[in-house]
Amino acid sequence: MRRRKVEETVLKGLMIASLGLVLASLAGILLVVIHRGISSLSLAMIFMVPEGGYYLGQGGGIANAIVGSILLAFGACLLSSLVGLPIAFALQREYLGPRLARITRLSLDILWGTPSIVYGAFGFVVMVYFGLTASLLAGVLTLSLLMLPIMTRSIEEIVRMMPQELKETSYALGATRIETTLAVTYRQALPGIVTGVLLAFGRGIGDTASILFTAGYTDYLPRSLLDPVASLPLAVFFQIATPIPEVQQRAYAAALILLVIVLVVSLGSRLIGRRYSRNVIK
Amino acid sequence: MPHISLSNLTISYGEHRVLRDVTVDIPDGQITAIIGPSGCGKTTLLKTLNRLVDLYDDIRVEGEVRIDGANIYDPQADVLALRKKVGFLSQKPYPLPMSIYDNVSFGPKIHRMDGRQILDQIGQLQKHFAPGGLSGTGEGRSRISNDREMDLLVEYYLRLAGLWEEVRDRLHAPAAHLSIGQQQRLALARALAVEPEVILADEPTSALDPISAKLIEGQFRILKDRYTIVVVTHILRQARRIADYVIFLYLGELVEHGPADFFFRNPQDERTRAYISGEIS
Repeated sequence: MRRRKVEETVLKGLMIASLGLVLASLAGILLVVIHRGISSLSLAMIFMVPEGGYYLGQGGGIANAIVGSILLAFGACLLSSLVGLPIAFALQREYLGPRLARITRLSLDILWGTPSIVYGAFGFVVMVYFGLTASLLAGVLTLSLLMLPIMTRSIEEIVRMMPQELKETSYALGATRIETTLAVTYRQALPGIVTGVLLAFGRGIGDTASILFTAGYTDYLPRSLLDPVASLPLAVFFQIATPIPEVQQRAYAAALILLVIVLVVSLGSRLIGRRYSRNVIK
Repeated sequence: MPHISLSNLTISYGEHRVLRDVTVDIPDGQITAIIGPSGCGKTTLLKTLNRLVDLYDDIRVEGEVRIDGANIYDPQADVLALRKKVGFLSQKPYPLPMSIYDNVSFGPKIHRMDGRQILDQIGQLQKHFAPGGLSGTGEGRSRISNDREMDLLVEYYLRLAGLWEEVRDRLHAPAAHLSIGQQQRLALARALAVEPEVILADEPTSALDPISAKLIEGQFRILKDRYTIVVVTHILRQARRIADYVIFLYLGELVEHGPADFFFRNPQDERTRAYISGEIS
């Protein structure tokens, strides 16, 4: 009896300790970023592109990187949902045989674990083959490859957890597979779909290596899909590497902006998701 | 009216035979109860009648199931049309993840029923059942949606399933918010709305409270005038209350079947007697 109580206390202590560790690290990162970055944060930083001498501590901002990151992440998110959602639904046993589904899942898991620099290198090779230069288009394509396994696998897990009887209800009314998928499975999985897309978005907008060669970097705003484009992770990287303290501070400000974007997108989509998931069957 | 006739029906999951050589006719316009201990193949038999068993891996169906004379396992058979003709109620009701209204209109919409067909269908049905108060021109209705016929259909079937009064003010609320008893009646309304001729029900009251269960049983008694109803149940008393005809399965074998009166008064087989007296369960 005593042993069981001790076991209970120890395990509970472990859980609280892990939770505390995670929260403390998160708070630590936030504190450092805010503490070091907040003083350089200004409207100019958000709305202006770098002026000459910006990287030596003179005027301008990183609007180029903010716009670039948003375009890259949203573009890649859109593209990867267009491919990922159908794959996630197709992995249901109504569509794919169990063997093919297993092989697809395994490939996605391997892709998930692949370092993003490999995506960058692959994107670069393909780009060179087609005679493209670093551009928004190439960045979006590479980033969407990176997002695809994350999005697809997490959505697919949700779809697979769905009660079989719910689908049977739809089939029993004479619905086809597609009607069942669109009207029932999709709606029921919607909160999970939002989470999956967000996971991929968060990973994508913060990724540096995959867009290093493919999207390039520039001090200007892109005017077409074929222009190179700046991004926040690279803006952080370039600025933090300089010996000038003002510029280093700006790196933290850029990181802060990145965090705020992720926070806003995350909260916003959860809010929208909740609105559309009131019909979900518990 | 469809005539359901099973001959030499054998069903196996992989190597395991769930049903063996079942041959029986299911009478029209009556409530047939399939009874037997758990795991005797009742649910499988039921799901064979609308080919829901198709959804399971590794299942093999041998023999014939004829509905209206046509073998529904014929490779040419139209499964979607079959499932429209043979409605299904599951043990635990699963509302579709949409509003109460959309749950009822889901079937008619996927079967592309137009306003004319809907009115004809309700007109036909009303000769049998005129659930009180269906006006057809309620003022509130045009406010809810523009599709007048669909509104009428939703109201009619919700009345027929005995749910209308409880949900008339919140038709566009999520069906998930209903109580489980209400959900089962919603499932009934939803199944009836595609105009089936047969209703299959898999222990439809086992997840419900006694009052909801009684409501469902009551609806079945009303509906059997026009529909052929097949109910799987493991509650003997329920079978006695509602069944006109009884099929008794034991370990995948059809032991005995016959009109309910006769079946319960004069069981022929020893196993049937043991089951009815409660010696085996």
